[in-house]
Amino acid sequence: MELIAIFISAILVNNFVLYYFLGICPFLGVSKRIDSAISMGLAVTFVMTITAVVSWAINNWILIPHGLDYLKIVSFILVIASLVQLVEMFIRKVSPPLYQALGIYLPLITTNCAIMGLALLAALREYGFAEAVVFGVGSGLGFTLAIVLMAGIREQLDLADVPEPLKGAGISLIVAGIMALAFMGFIGMIK
Amino acid sequence: MPTRSIGQEYIKGLWSENPVFRQLLGLCPTLAVTGWVINGLAMGLATSFVLIFSSLVVSLIKKLIPSQVRIASYIVIIATFVTVADRFLAAYFPDISKDLGPYVPLIVVNCIILGRQEAFSSKNSVGRSLIDALGMSSGFVLALLVLSSIREILGSGTYLGHQVMGSWFKPWIIMILPAGAFLALGILLGIALQIEKKTKSRV
Repeated sequence: MELIAIFISAILVNNFVLYYFLGICPFLGVSKRIDSAISMGLAVTFVMTITAVVSWAINNWILIPHGLDYLKIVSFILVIASLVQLVEMFIRKVSPPLYQALGIYLPLITTNCAIMGLALLAALREYGFAEAVVFGVGSGLGFTLAIVLMAGIREQLDLADVPEPLKGAGISLIVAGIMALAFMGFIGMIK
Repeated sequence: MPTRSIGQEYIKGLWSENPVFRQLLGLCPTLAVTGWVINGLAMGLATSFVLIFSSLVVSLIKKLIPSQVRIASYIVIIATFVTVADRFLAAYFPDISKDLGPYVPLIVVNCIILGRQEAFSSKNSVGRSLIDALGMSSGFVLALLVLSSIREILGSGTYLGHQVMGSWFKPWIIMILPAGAFLALGILLGIALQIEKKTKSRV
C-alpha cells in the first residue's frame, strides 16, 4: 500500500516538474514536439531508476555507515555524471536504434536537476530500497507525463495568437502554471 | 571577445545578460524558493557565495585542468563550495535551511554556476572572473528578490514577515503555490522582453 502511495504521489501529486520545479530546463527546452518529448521523458525515467538504485546503495552502504554524510553532495553528483556516461556507452553498444532515438538528450541529463533532486529527496526521506526504486520510476513517469502534455499544448500554441513579448518562454511558463493548477486537483488523492 | 571595461563586466549581469530574465538559467531554484522574500534572499546569497568562490578557484587553476576532464573538475569544485554553504546554513540558520530543503544541495546543478565556469572563468583572468561572478550573482539575487517580493506581497500580504497590506486585502493564495510561481515568472519574462524591445528601438 505504502509503495502504491509513493508511486501515485510521485507521478501526480508531487510531480517533479509541477510541484518541486525540478527539471525545468529540459521541460522548457525539449517540449516543442511530442516525439522528442517522449524520448526525453523515457531517457530521464531510465536514468532516474538507475540513479535511485545506485544512490541508495552509496548512501546506505558507504556514506551512512562511515559517518560521511557531508560528502553526499559531492558523491551523488559524481555518481550521476559517471552513470550518465556509462549508460550512454552501454546503450550505444547494445541498442544503436535506441541510442539514435535518445540522441543528444542523454548527455543533457547530467545537468538535469531532477536526477540530483531524486537522489537527495530519497536520501532525505530515508526511503528503503524498494521505496527508493518505486520513487525513481514514479518520478520519471511523472516527468514524462508533464513534458509530453506540455509538448502537446505547445504544438497547438504554435497556431495561436500569442502577444509578442510572451512568445517563447513566457507563454510556456504561464501554460505550466495552469498545468500546475490542474495538477493541484490531485492533492486530495493521497491522505 | 570584445574588451569590456570592468564596470561593463559587472553591469551586464544585472540586465543585458541577467541569468534569469535574459538567459533563462537557474529557473528551478528561482521558481522553487521564492514564496517568501527571506528564502529567496538566502537562496540568492548562498548561490552567490558558491558562484564567486568557484569562479575564483577555477580561474586560478584553469591552466592545471586538462580540457577533457574540465566539466568533472568544475563540478567537484562547485560541489565543495555547495557543501560548505549547506553546512553553514544548517548550523547558523536552521529554520531557513529546513525551509529550503533539498534546494540548497541542488545549487550544485544550477546551470548558472557551471555555465559561468565554462563560458568565462576558464578563459579569463582572476580579476575579471571575480567581477563577472559578482555581476551574475547580483543579477540572480535581483531576479529572486523581484519575484519573491511579488509573490510574498500578493500571496500573503506580508513583506519579510511584516504585514504590509491593509486588512481589506485578501491574499491571493495561488501566488505562494507552485502554480503562482510559474504564472508570475512567465509574466515577468514577458515584461522584461517588452522593456528590452522598447529600449532597443529607442537607440
